[in-house]
Amino acid sequence: MALTGLMPDFLVTKLDYVANLVRKHSLWPMPFATACCGIELMATASSRYDIARFGSEAMRFSPRQCDLMIVAGRVVMKMVPVMQRVWLQMPEPKWCISMGACASSGGVFDAYATVQGIDRFLPVDVYVPGCPPRPEQLIRAVLDIQEKVTKTGTIDAREFAARSGYEGPTALAQELAPEEAIVAPGDFRTATRLRVPLN
Amino acid sequence: MPATLATLDAKFPGAFATSAFRDNTRVEVAADKAPAVLFDLLKCLKDDRGFDFLADIAGIDYLNYPNATDRYGVVYALTNLATGERLFVKAFANDPDPALPSAVPLWAGADWMEREVYDMFGVVFDGHPDLRRILMPAEFTAHPLRKDYPLRGLGERHNFPTITRAES
Repeated sequence: MALTGLMPDFLVTKLDYVANLVRKHSLWPMPFATACCGIELMATASSRYDIARFGSEAMRFSPRQCDLMIVAGRVVMKMVPVMQRVWLQMPEPKWCISMGACASSGGVFDAYATVQGIDRFLPVDVYVPGCPPRPEQLIRAVLDIQEKVTKTGTIDAREFAARSGYEGPTALAQELAPEEAIVAPGDFRTATRLRVPLN
Repeated sequence: MPATLATLDAKFPGAFATSAFRDNTRVEVAADKAPAVLFDLLKCLKDDRGFDFLADIAGIDYLNYPNATDRYGVVYALTNLATGERLFVKAFANDPDPALPSAVPLWAGADWMEREVYDMFGVVFDGHPDLRRILMPAEFTAHPLRKDYPLRGLGERHNFPTITRAES
């Protein structure tokens, strides 16, 4: 053809760019679904919302085959060691999405057994608000992960080395003391609750 | 139901009180009588009166409850599958060592239900074959449904190591 002599038959780029290009279009999610957010996670993979359009449809139930953990639902204290183990078993490079209000902050479950946000124990990349989030929001989160990979990714995953500190919430300026929490006795006749200190 | 109560009255005179709420009949065993009487009373109900099905065991903490005298209540919901009769046996226990005889020799289904009451309220069931926690982790030390346990716990829920991104 006439153009053959004009087009270069080689291309100069960076290995990081190539690695990011490949990685971001084939994120394999690990569905860590513990509650109702998991239903929306399933809907996201279904034909109507079709996360396959963004290359993330290959959900694997073995953490060793995944590189994107989606924590969907509330996590109780008995589940934290399991969740951490699943995360540690995933090969590098890996990312984490905290899906829904419960995984991100405990949601309405401010009780003795419910963890108030998984970011206290795991490094989270993207948070998805909602109770539960719409599938479109989860797809948005996957797109955000893709953007993060594009902008910060490196072929040997050296961008993670800088994240050596705790990334969770700091302590509240004024935390409610345990003895100020709602306890018995209640005033059962009017169905109101008295805040009485213990002892 | 009157025949059942008459049978109990004849075998365990003065050991229990009765009360009724709508169509429910309740047999209440006070804390000082329960360790000695409760097992025989349940056995009598099962063998002599045909209450062959233990539907449920529930625990109650009566701390600061109006007019309550004993702290813990354990309710056995019994059903006679032949006649459809229901009977609620409520036994009481007190600190410092709340304990009741186990009903597992009578109804095998009491196994997990008693473990749950033990886990949540700390009521020990003497004679239970395997009295471990059933819901909370084994290393949990408190009994969370007691009324003097704070709603948000004592910090157990955040007592885990943090994994940073650099080390994972």
